[in-house]
Amino acid sequence: MKTFIEQLINGLSLGSIYALIALGYTMVYGIMKLINFAHGDIYMVGAFTGFFASTYFHLGFIPSLLLAMLVSLLLGVTIERVAYRPLRNKSKISILITAIGVSLLLENGGIIILSPQVRTYPQIFKQHMYSFFNGIITISNQQIVIFVVSIIMMVGLQIIIYKTKMGKAMRAVSTDADAAKLMGVNVDRTVSFTFAIGSALAAVAGVLVGIYYNSIDPLMGIMPGLKAFIAAVLGGIGIIPGAMVGGLLMGVIEALVSGYGSSLYRDGVSFAILIIILLIKPTGLFGKNVREKV
Amino acid sequence: MKQILKNRLLIFIGLFAIYGIIQILLSTSILNDYYEINIVLMGINIILAVSLNLINGFTGQFSLGHAGFMSIGAYTSAIITYKLGLPFPLAILVGGIAAGIAGILIGIPSLRLKGDYLAITTLGFGEIIRVIFLNTEYVGGASGLSGIPKYTNWTWVFWMAVITIVLIRNFINSSYGRCCVAIREDETAAESMGINTTFYKTLAFTIGAFFAGIGGALYAHNFYIIQPETFNFMKSFDILTMVVLGGLGSITGSILSAIFLTFVYALLQDYAALRMVIYSLLLIVVMLFRPEGLMGTKEFSLKKLFKKGEKSNEFTLN
Repeated sequence: MKTFIEQLINGLSLGSIYALIALGYTMVYGIMKLINFAHGDIYMVGAFTGFFASTYFHLGFIPSLLLAMLVSLLLGVTIERVAYRPLRNKSKISILITAIGVSLLLENGGIIILSPQVRTYPQIFKQHMYSFFNGIITISNQQIVIFVVSIIMMVGLQIIIYKTKMGKAMRAVSTDADAAKLMGVNVDRTVSFTFAIGSALAAVAGVLVGIYYNSIDPLMGIMPGLKAFIAAVLGGIGIIPGAMVGGLLMGVIEALVSGYGSSLYRDGVSFAILIIILLIKPTGLFGKNVREKV
Repeated sequence: MKQILKNRLLIFIGLFAIYGIIQILLSTSILNDYYEINIVLMGINIILAVSLNLINGFTGQFSLGHAGFMSIGAYTSAIITYKLGLPFPLAILVGGIAAGIAGILIGIPSLRLKGDYLAITTLGFGEIIRVIFLNTEYVGGASGLSGIPKYTNWTWVFWMAVITIVLIRNFINSSYGRCCVAIREDETAAESMGINTTFYKTLAFTIGAFFAGIGGALYAHNFYIIQPETFNFMKSFDILTMVVLGGLGSITGSILSAIFLTFVYALLQDYAALRMVIYSLLLIVVMLFRPEGLMGTKEFSLKKLFKKGEKSNEFTLN
């Protein structure tokens, strides 16, 4: 029971991080029908910005987090502007190939510029364990930070999407881009805004992972990126609450597989989940069926 | 008819000439071992690129799991020669068949999906295959199989590549291949014309996987050692770059770009990250400025080169 709860808490912390990345995937997919393969690498850039901000400029947690968000946001918007926008009306496959290209570019450019070595993240929060109920539940202060920050970010995102004009525009474009355009919505700006928010959330996830696992490297974005994508599909891609639930579920499943089975099987299990979901209910847990029209 | 026979004969003579010249250069050691390794690698990459082009380019089903099929061929053939001591030709054949069976098993469920969903599912299957090999002690787990006998040489690679190209070209020019192209152009329209899309998609996927398995078998017997890590999805991206650069739907394009990119690979062997940066820039630039790839769906042909202005609609490979 104790290990189960321990793994559950580990899984939920990892899952919140997946959820933050998955939100970016799901928003971009909702609005452009594109799997932004480079999203995991934007998360890597966020982690590195946070690392440099806190190691070399000795900034505190909140300022380095904000700086990381800003850098990733600019990167995300630039990628969209340079690589994806010219292809928006071309075939889906060519934009997907471009996304793979951008992802490879960021990873290997990262290796050249930042060197492939693993860096140790500074201990912004000294690890401290709290236990409740006679030690049945133990939780570290880093995990608490992860939960608090993720919840703030998710609530903030909900407010942006459902209470602001830009959020309304985002929902309109994702429902029908052409109709939204006719109604006077600036589609280009809405797409840029979506990339900005998604990338900023990925940066938050990057900084949190740095704090939680203490190590970062230029290829750190590949696997979490893919798994967050799986989380987005699991919840129903394009659906924001789906990404949150999917992320948390993925984290818990992974922690349980590593805790009770072999950690070597962890990646295999994640992909198996993806395949099962796509074969049984491709629209995900929260999705509705949409018919293809000719 | 006579013209076709004459052309075939010319191609045959041309192939023998290429084979003979390189073979003489290799056996007289004018081209040393370093060149031999890269020339062999070129041939393997041609097999992989052409077979992936059948799936991605001609049938329009975007697969990212080619490295997975390659690894099945590599491991199966290595087990046959190294563990069981059976002859190499049998190992190539069984490696291909094993990959082909995996292609059927993976193709039937995943080809119901389209576009980017299919891409990510095939990527997932490729990774699952890798994780299975990683956890199988019989084939060495993470450290892989080493000590595989070196049977792959110029002769094997050249003729296997020729067989692959000829078979895939003939498939594309057959009525089966035309159905595949129809599916690429418009799946709904193809289906309403009575084409059994699932059957043809699975068929193309299986043939592609079969030849990827053969490529993997040749690969395993060239480098003494195979590890699960060699066949991760980066390898699939490598092959994809060749196909995209050459043109989705052009066999000669795939051949030319496989030769070119293997050359780049050899030049930048010590700078893996730089090589991947170049690959990724190639992908992005090609997609932005020439989304159909260098050759598009056209084929390079000497005949057209000599008779300019005369348009031919047939697929020609000479």
